[in-house]
Formats: sequence, C-alpha cells, structure tokens
Amino acid sequence: MRSGQKVRQDFRAILQLVRSKARILDVGCGEGDLLELLAREAHADGRGLEISSEGVSACLARGLSVMQGDADRDLEDFPSGAFDYVVLSQTLQAVINPRLVLGELLRIGERAIVSLPNFGHWRVRLDLLVHGRMPLTGALPEPWWSTPNIHLCTIRDFVELTADMGVRVEACFAFANGRPARAIDPSRPIENLRAESALFLLARR
Amino acid sequence: MARHERSARPGRFIFVPGLGSPIQARLTEAARSRSCPRLTMHHDVSLDLDGAPRSAVMRFGLEAPLRLDSGGRIDALEIAYTTAGRLDATRSNAVLICHALTLDQHVASSPPNGRRPWWTNMVGPGRPIDPARHFIICANVVGGCMGSTGPSSISPATGQPFGLSFPFITIGDMVRAQAMLIDALGIDTLFAVVGGSMGGMQVLQWAADYPQRLFSAVCIASAARHSAQNIALHEVGRQAIMADPNWRDGDYTAQGVRPEKGLAVARMAAHITYLSEAALHRKFGRELQRDGLSWGFDADFQVESYLRHQGATFVDRFDANSYLYITRAMDYFDLAAGRAGGLAEAFRPARDVRFCVFSFTSDWLYPTAESRAIVRALNAAGARTSFLEIESDKGHDAFLLDEPVLRDAIDGFLQSAALERAAR
Repeated sequence: MRSGQKVRQDFRAILQLVRSKARILDVGCGEGDLLELLAREAHADGRGLEISSEGVSACLARGLSVMQGDADRDLEDFPSGAFDYVVLSQTLQAVINPRLVLGELLRIGERAIVSLPNFGHWRVRLDLLVHGRMPLTGALPEPWWSTPNIHLCTIRDFVELTADMGVRVEACFAFANGRPARAIDPSRPIENLRAESALFLLARR
Repeated sequence: MARHERSARPGRFIFVPGLGSPIQARLTEAARSRSCPRLTMHHDVSLDLDGAPRSAVMRFGLEAPLRLDSGGRIDALEIAYTTAGRLDATRSNAVLICHALTLDQHVASSPPNGRRPWWTNMVGPGRPIDPARHFIICANVVGGCMGSTGPSSISPATGQPFGLSFPFITIGDMVRAQAMLIDALGIDTLFAVVGGSMGGMQVLQWAADYPQRLFSAVCIASAARHSAQNIALHEVGRQAIMADPNWRDGDYTAQGVRPEKGLAVARMAAHITYLSEAALHRKFGRELQRDGLSWGFDADFQVESYLRHQGATFVDRFDANSYLYITRAMDYFDLAAGRAGGLAEAFRPARDVRFCVFSFTSDWLYPTAESRAIVRALNAAGARTSFLEIESDKGHDAFLLDEPVLRDAIDGFLQSAALERAAR
C-alpha cells in the first residue's frame, strides 16, 4: 500500500503536521515510505518499528534506522520523551491493547500522530444495516475472519478515549474517497458519518 | 604447539621493512605518517604461491605494551592479521571484522592449515563486505593461537610457552590490541566494525571504548554480557580440559604432551550449543552409523560420530590454554558492569555511530532477548539503531551460514552508510 509513486493522502497530511528536523518514530513503518518522505521533505531524524523482517530489510537497504518489533510489546524499549512525534498509521485498531499503546506513544513522543479507519462511516453503517454482515469497504477490505483489525472504533469512540486518558486533540483530518485531507472538528456527529478514516494529532495535556 | 608455531615453517615468512609490495609500502608509510617514534613495529607477511599477501604479523616494541584490564601488561605484543582490498585515499573505507571464540583472522583468505576461510558468505568479491570497496582487516584476538600473542607464545622471561603464566585477558583487552593495530595501519576511523558471537561483543566494546573512531557497527548473534547459562556451559568445557591428565596445569607443551581428549570434549559440548535442536534433528535424527545397535559405547548414532569428528579436528587447530583464556574473557564480559547508568551509559558516547543488531530465532546461546537488551540500551543512549531478528532454525551458527536475509540486510546497511559517509 505504501509503494508506488503517488504519495498517500495521509502521508501528505503528516508531512504538513510535523515541524522541520523533528525526531520522529514511525510505528509499523512497513518498507519505510513515510520515513523516507519525512527525511527527504522535512529533514526528519526518523526511526521505525516494524514487525515483518521483509519490511525491516527493505528499510535497511534504504538507509533507514528501523527495529524489528511489535507495537504491543516493544514500545517499552524506547525511553520517555525520545521523539518529537510518534506516528501510528492505521494500526491502533489492530493492536491487542490500544489504550496501553496510545499511552506508550505519548510517553515516548511529545506528540502522537494516529490514524484510524472510521467504523462510523455511513457506508459501514449502511452495509451492516442492509446486509446484516460485517462491512467490507475500501478502508475495511478484509472479511471478519482474516482481518487484523480486532479493535475497530468510530471517531466518536476514539475522541472519548482521548478525553478519558487526558490526551489533547490538537488537530484532526478526515479522509474519504481518496480526496486530500480535510481538517475537521472530530466532535461533530456529521464528521463521524462522512470520514472513511481520520488522522489525529495528539499531545499530552 | 609446534604445529601452530609459524616460525616452524622457515621461508614462509618474509621480513617486511625494506620490501616493496604495495601493502608493505602502505604500512611503513602509515607508520611514518603517524609519526610515532616510540613505536617500533615489524611486519611479517606470508605469501601465497602467487605472491599475494595473505597473513601478516604486527609486532609492537617494548615501548608499546598492551595494558590489560587485569592491571597487567603484555610486552612485545604480536597481532596476526589479514587484510584484503585497498585503503582509499581518505582512509575511510576500513572495515574491521572481529572473529568468534574459535575462529581466526582468515575471514576471507585460506588459512595455511588447509581449512576454508570462515565467512565467505559475507566477505569477498560481490559480497556485502567487498575488497573492491572496503579495506578489510581481521586480526587474531590477543590470547589466541593463530599468530597473535597468547598462552602458547614463548615467554621472553623463560623461553618457554607462557601457559598459565599468561595474564588474564578481557574482551576490552582484545579491542585495545585491535585499536593498536589500526593505529599502526594508519587508520583513524573505521567505516565499520562487524562481528558475530564473541566478535559481536568486541563490536559493542569498540562502541563503548572508541566511539569517535567508528562510523558504523554491526553486532550479530551476541550479547552485552555473559549469562549464567553461558558461563556454565564454558565452565563445562574448561573442566573437561583441566581434567585431562595431559593438561599438566597448562604446561603440556614443555612436557611434550597435549590435552587432546579434554579439548575435544570441550569442543563437543560447545558445538551442541551452536546448533538448534531442529538443526540437529534435521541433520541426524536418530540415524545409526551402521545397521543395528552395537550394544556398546562406540558411536552408534550419526550425531555421536559427528560430534567426535568435530572434537577430533578441533584439537588439530586450537590450543587448549587459549580455549581456557578466551572463554574466561567472554565470561568476564559485562559491558554494563561498574556503570551506574547501566548499558545505556556505556553506549552514550556512541550516539553518533550507526548500529545494526541481528539475532536468530533459534539461537539459544545468545537468544534474541540479549540483542533486545542491547537495542534498548542503544535507544536509551540515542544511537541510530536498527535491529532484525532473522527467522532461522539453524541455531547460533546461522550467522556463519548462507542466510540471504542477513546478507542482504548487512549489504543494505553498509551501502547506505557508505552513501551517508560520502555525503559528509
């Protein structure tokens, strides 16, 4: 998904959010497309955490500093406050303990950039309503028995979690139909219907 | 130990100063350019039949002893080493390879004893460490028995082999000797230091002791300290050697005997730890040597025969006292010891070094948890660290075998590090 010439819309949004020369950890960095983009365009001092050895090998060949590891287990290896930003892209819904992982992101980084598929999107709701089956959409393409997503949530759910954890939402962008990111107020119910996925800039309060 | 005494082969070695081969010219020029009048160094270079330099010995004068962590020192230090490739004009392409417990300086060129070089998967033309790009150095560790000063060397005081009068050495001492060697070769900064197992310990020690002299570091299947299990396994080997009546308190050479049985048993026990259960099963299972059981204690099973062979061939190439001293050095290794800030404190000065750490899933001698402890400390120190656990069922020895994932990852790491260095 991260290969190809075209820069993903969420990557563009991340690029706009981070300040130049920031220290950035990309959790679940895949083959390092985002890290390379951030190094090239924002002169970031980037590191990655990636679960697959193929991904780590690809990153090494690109000159990126990447550690093999699992977001659920291995974030504890990073010291507190080591990064300006920690990025977790489309992965929080797939970890065993999202609340713990979110806490870890904000322990390691001053800010966290988290993106999620939105289970509140109107197509997801309609799909479930009409068919009575787990929805299959662009943002959620896998059937229930093979999806890695074990903790799906809506934008509203996520905003409630951040409030409960005392985490500040500094910015939020919505994505739908491959269009560029759109800044939204995630507390508005309409956005919870319109966004296929959302990206949050979070900070410790 | 006559079979390891190089001078026992007259005519094989040539006294270098004054000779005009490229490597000698470089060495003497390097020694001059660093203007170290205190240091008197001599080099022996053994030649292949085609005249290519193969293995050299760096001899340090009495004015440049190796100071040891134990408080002692080694005078008239000799370090046997090999090189391949050429040092570039900016002296920035040197790669130091650190060898494991029972290996030697013959990383890519054939040793004189007819064995094969030990890391041809990683070092050589078209390999990640390539003489076309790198100036590759590999030195026999101090305490070893392949030409560097060790317990089988002749003590100047007695004219006899050191034996147990040889001072105790550490991984730190090995690295200090290597630093003296690269000084003598006229190299300030290593592009990379690379090693597996005990070689990986030396890599970590380099990072802790000489961070400003390193650009990148590759540590494979290793640990920042020896675990209780590691020490226990080594103790079995040492006890086997010392229980051999021919060991004679380490004085076997002078008494004209060799503790071959004890050393062979030590090797057999250690060899098991280098393999995984799965690898042993795949290789041998319960296969028998002959049809039927012998109802005796001969090697009925193929795995027994294999281990006996490993033990028997090992004693031909390794010195029992070296085995004692080097295993002790590994047991004493604990990079975090004496540092209030632990391992991270050891690595803090190395935060500008690019690190790449590897482990193997089936390595139970230096399991992934040990590498993770290294990685955690490097992260805490703020060093640029990459880490990869490679799926393999071949056990600890996987690092020496053909592992395409390891090879490609090291290749990618070194190539991108070279680009970065060039961009400086």
